Amino acid sequence: MAQPWEGEGMSRHLVPRLADGMGRVFLALILVFLYVPIAVLALMGFNESVHYALPFEFSTKWYEALASNERLLTASFNSVWIALANTVVATVIGTMAAFALGRFRFRGRTVMQLLLFPPITIPWLIIGTAMLVFFFWTGIGRGLHAMLLGHIALSLPYVIIVIGARMASFGPELEEAAASLGATPLQAFWRVSIPVLMPGIVAAALFAFAVSFDQFVISYFLAPPGISVLPVEIFSAIRKGFTPEVNAISTLVIFVSMGIMLAFARLSKFGGER
Amino acid sequence: MRAETRRRWAIAGLTGPAYLWLTLTIFLPLSAMLWFSFQKKGPFGRHESEFTLKHYEAFFNKAYMQDLTWRSLEMGLQVTGICLLLGFPAAYVLAKRIRGRWREALFLLVVLPFWSNALVRIFSWTVVLRPGGVLDGAVQFVWPGAPSIDLADSWSAVIIGLVHSYLPYMILTCYLSLQAIDDSLIEAARSLGASAMTILWRIVLPLAIPGLAAGAVLIFVPVIGSFFEPKLLGGTQGVVIGTVIEEQFTVVSNWPLGGALSFILLAIVLLVLAVSYPFLKDRMRTT
Repeated sequence: MAQPWEGEGMSRHLVPRLADGMGRVFLALILVFLYVPIAVLALMGFNESVHYALPFEFSTKWYEALASNERLLTASFNSVWIALANTVVATVIGTMAAFALGRFRFRGRTVMQLLLFPPITIPWLIIGTAMLVFFFWTGIGRGLHAMLLGHIALSLPYVIIVIGARMASFGPELEEAAASLGATPLQAFWRVSIPVLMPGIVAAALFAFAVSFDQFVISYFLAPPGISVLPVEIFSAIRKGFTPEVNAISTLVIFVSMGIMLAFARLSKFGGER
Repeated sequence: MRAETRRRWAIAGLTGPAYLWLTLTIFLPLSAMLWFSFQKKGPFGRHESEFTLKHYEAFFNKAYMQDLTWRSLEMGLQVTGICLLLGFPAAYVLAKRIRGRWREALFLLVVLPFWSNALVRIFSWTVVLRPGGVLDGAVQFVWPGAPSIDLADSWSAVIIGLVHSYLPYMILTCYLSLQAIDDSLIEAARSLGASAMTILWRIVLPLAIPGLAAGAVLIFVPVIGSFFEPKLLGGTQGVVIGTVIEEQFTVVSNWPLGGALSFILLAIVLLVLAVSYPFLKDRMRTT
């Protein structure tokens, strides 16, 4: 009796191959969609015309103009400074919390883990406006310090989750071994746990840096007039009519962010076979 | 019980800073906003606190508020739907049709853009979509004399920009659940004579549901709370509940009303999460 797939000869090989080819073309188109705006943005930073007019004429004048644009430079400096401070604080206190949550069983632990999710799932618009209300009401006010407070709060859940995942991958045996060899708990923590956790800590730190450096919504609500960070400055530039200087700085921002992501991917083998 | 006391101090000392921080900057602010959403006036100047429901009533009495909320939901559905239609096939090709180093490299290329600044991506679309912009220029180049494409300040521009921002999430979550499907299952179905369509409907899709659901939630929730994307790409066409909330805080300074609208939006978000919880729970079991 003839099987349903017999006698189709050619088509049996041709159809899957055709589908395969179409699939690849589709994926390529998706990648084009994802990268074209970014490529356009970067290219326009090198275009002579202030009105983004075509044809393209190569020029580095917008990068030169950027070098003397005090507003954008100050905002960039603020962004970097806040991102660095955020990374240090969030990573240190996040590592401590992740260690306690991963190593000890205690009452309230589950609640503490659940409390990490509201900051991630509630839209930033709501968190940002709530911070504005509360900081204004209590006298903390707006400014770089308020942005730093907010950024750290947003980074903490990510840091604790990333390091917690690393914690889950090894048991207390190593610390117990250290203790049985005469190490105090503090020594075991510093000399055993921290080195084992290091890849997770570095990944979490990069994550924290990116959360802060790319953060617009929270900063937007907490920025008083006159003081701003890079994303807020870019926003007001877009609203007021922009020049290719904004392209230049945006291109630099994209390269910094993507560089961090690549470093993150290398460290955590993100998405690859583990 | 010295050891027990020491253990308690260790736990308190280690978790204390992080959770105090979260309390001070997330949970107390949310509580404060909830409080003010029931107050007649915001925290400006000295006045007696006065309880009122009028800000919530404003939402239910004013038809345009509800319209704008629907518009936000519509925006969320459209963006999530398009991301599903584009993201699932892309993830399928990536997970099942491409192997080895190429797959890793392409995967990285897909997730890389969402690490670029969200605002910068929206900015790049304003350059591409405006009249005389890059898209218009490209169309004119291919077809001289074509009607000019003007997508500046349009609903389409908002949707395009948001899809571009959130598509990588869908590809990522679908990819992870598709990769977990054992190839021998598909082989077995094929050798038993199932057509490609049957395999897709009866095997691949049901097993990929957790990834699809996770992607949909990860996109839908932030999109209905978005405000700067519709504002920058949509102009007057891009007025949604998110932009109304934003303006209560930045332009008209009606914080209690902004707070009330925020909590209505939050209730919708919670509803979405509750509805999708069964699908997401599946995901936790399988991975």
